[in-house]
Amino acid sequence: MYEGQALYHPKGWWGRYVFSQDHKVIALQYICVALAIGLTGMFLSLLMRMQLGFPGLFESIDAGNYYQDVTMHGMIMVIYLLTALFLGGFGNYLIPLMLGSRDMAFPFVNMLSFWVYFLSVIILVCSFFVESGPTGAGWTLYPPQSILPGTPGADGAGILLMLGSLAVFIIAFTMGGLNYITTVLQSRAKGMNMMRMPLIIWCLFLATFLGLLAFPALLVGAIMLIFDRVLETSFFMPEIFKGGEVLNYGGGSPVLFQHLFWFFGHPEVYIIALPAFGIISELISCHARKNIFGYNMMVWALIAIAGIAFIVWAHHMYVAGMNPYLGFFFATTTLIIAIPTAIKVYNWVITLWNANIRMTVPMLYCLAFLITFLIGGLTGLFLGNVAVDVPLSDTYFVVGHFHMVMAVSPVLALYGGLYHWYPSVTGRMLDDRLGKIHFWITFVGTYLIYFPMHYIGFLGVPRRYYSNEQYDFIPESVNDLNQFITVCALIVGAAQFILLYNFIVSAVRGKEAGSNPWGACTLEWQTLESPPGHGNWGDKLPVVYRWPYDYGLPGATDDFVPQNIPDEQIT
Amino acid sequence: MSSQPVSFEESVPDNLKGLVSDWSSDVQTFKVRWSKAMMWIFLVSDTFIFGSFLSAYMAVRLTTTEPWPNTSEVFALHVGGADIPLLLIAIMTFILISSSGTMAMAVTSGYKKQRVRTGVLILLTALGGVAFVGMQMFEWSKLIFEEGIRPWGNDFGADQFGGFFFMITGFHGLHVSIGVIYLTTIAVRVLQGRYDRLDDYQIVEVAGLYWHFVDLVWIFIFAFFYLW
Ligand code: HEM
Ligand SMILES: [Cu+2]
Repeated sequence: MYEGQALYHPKGWWGRYVFSQDHKVIALQYICVALAIGLTGMFLSLLMRMQLGFPGLFESIDAGNYYQDVTMHGMIMVIYLLTALFLGGFGNYLIPLMLGSRDMAFPFVNMLSFWVYFLSVIILVCSFFVESGPTGAGWTLYPPQSILPGTPGADGAGILLMLGSLAVFIIAFTMGGLNYITTVLQSRAKGMNMMRMPLIIWCLFLATFLGLLAFPALLVGAIMLIFDRVLETSFFMPEIFKGGEVLNYGGGSPVLFQHLFWFFGHPEVYIIALPAFGIISELISCHARKNIFGYNMMVWALIAIAGIAFIVWAHHMYVAGMNPYLGFFFATTTLIIAIPTAIKVYNWVITLWNANIRMTVPMLYCLAFLITFLIGGLTGLFLGNVAVDVPLSDTYFVVGHFHMVMAVSPVLALYGGLYHWYPSVTGRMLDDRLGKIHFWITFVGTYLIYFPMHYIGFLGVPRRYYSNEQYDFIPESVNDLNQFITVCALIVGAAQFILLYNFIVSAVRGKEAGSNPWGACTLEWQTLESPPGHGNWGDKLPVVYRWPYDYGLPGATDDFVPQNIPDEQIT
Repeated sequence: MSSQPVSFEESVPDNLKGLVSDWSSDVQTFKVRWSKAMMWIFLVSDTFIFGSFLSAYMAVRLTTTEPWPNTSEVFALHVGGADIPLLLIAIMTFILISSSGTMAMAVTSGYKKQRVRTGVLILLTALGGVAFVGMQMFEWSKLIFEEGIRPWGNDFGADQFGGFFFMITGFHGLHVSIGVIYLTTIAVRVLQGRYDRLDDYQIVEVAGLYWHFVDLVWIFIFAFFYLW
């Protein structure tokens, strides 16, 4: 939709549902594809767990395809599930609706963004079917091993498909991201100034910015790695002897790749975390019927996090070795970023203080998120220090830490968000009882999975190991714990189908939601029709009179006042 | 002299006030077209791509085990019995910078709604781009076929020289080539009178932003590869 020009109107079934330029349809397409590939990622993690808990039970799992599972699991979860789902899914759905605009700034580019993302997923999936299989280099893809024979997928097309898929994904992200930023900056409703935007919009906005500035480093790293593999350039490759022979490489810098990767990789953590923060901010205020505590502080904390996120990356590289002063610098910045993060957690907790908390499913997810994020964040403080990180890095302690903070926490926020906004998309409520069963199994289950991992990490069990049997330093009891973790993981994995079932059945048989089931103040619940139709607002764009958290305003008839209600009308 | 106390509002310099009011306004933060805002954001992102390429180049150049080739020797042009360093590249740079000049003129005449003049100036700019890419192809073929420089190695020094050179100048050349296509499209639309009908030539400025950016990036590549 060009400003001042008429809204694009789709022609026919294909235009409306497949090659749609409507941001809501694009959001759904993103969500479905991301969930589908995410399910694959979960399946791979269960295969790994089977091997770790019951070594040798499946003869088809050998060391090679174990590494392939690890790699594809990590990459799929981080990039193709969470990044795509939060920004492509939630971003597309919520940004225009919450800002009171009719669509994204450039709907055609937005549509392309989805199809290019789809292409990247196809390329990724293709790598499962090529001769030597997908790459098994670990999701960090460190050279030299990622492109040398001996690593699964390195001599075939596996690693190339992975790198190519990433490059295509980055193009898709850029097309979507430019749209989100332009829309937030340039196409808000009358009265919607930046400090009246719902916090989730701030979060999506800043996460997109992080993506636009961080993905370039990954793109460059991927291009150079492709060159090293295909043209035998030596950007990342030092002189290497293999079986007594010198390979055709020499003089390059493997650590350079690590810098490029983590210059992307750390901001990537926040690309996932910020939208999760945003979802929690919306949900907690709405389901506790109380305004969010310290809105301005929340915004500035987000901006601080987004800024500092670019100067902490080398905390992932302590074990690669670095100048002690450099280690000191990165440890310091890492600890500093905890301050704005803590501000956010405090503000959420204070929002709950004396609030009228409703124990809805989204609220349960908020509470679970707060605890989980706190735990993951605390172990992060340990690992930020060089002296603590060096012995713990590459053990299961790290696996436990990053799953708490960047896997479980965002997924909890994601589920909370799905339960919260499902009525807006479908016009029906999800089943509450099934929701609670799914919540408790997932919440308790993830703790049973990841808490023991911290412990076996302390015992020294290394990460990314196919088998723990031949090592003297690993006590017998670790095997029992591993079995326990695997059983829990299987249960949690199976429980996700409750959610899927709930999604499908409730779309047809769920309770009618009405226009604003949660009594929320933000604009996406104030549309003419619900679920919102094409163009969102009928003939008249909404006008915004207040900030998005006017819950329990004294003197008002309801316990909430939507953003588009002027002062005269609140009583 | 007045002895009135100055309020905080008044004490803020005007430009800062403008900034604050822009960012706290509703509807639009920047009073520009969406397409222009989007182009700016894209260019910031693209800056990070080139920035990563060039930082990687610098990092490797500082850490290679073999010495870096002597660039004034590698890039010299053999004219009339003498090796003249940097001759070709000076001409290329001159052409690209001049094309930025014609682009700027096109933007100005676009705002004056001079249809033919704008169209011709844009085409001239694109022509500059074509000349640049053509000379780059000449330089590449000279390096490849006469000097024997390959992405994976060369006779002058560190292996990474060829890799970085072809990768970064190639990526930039790709930007120029895309720019040529983009500018030609815009020029055709200008000449067809499409923007007269819309009464809006801002797209010319948006294309100009891209072109100036590509030009600016070249200055850095030029400095880092040919002068260092
Ligand atoms: C069903 C839930 C999940 C289970 C059971 C699970 C399990 C595992 C296991 C066993 C590993 C291998 C650890 C190693 O040997 O190094 C792993 C690695 C990893 N997981 Fe998960 N995971 C789950 C969900 C997620 C999610 C939602 C994310 C999203 C961020 C995620 C991100 C990662 C990453 C980045 C790695 C590292 C891969 C690598 O070392 O290359 N996981 N996971
Ligand atoms: Cu990090």
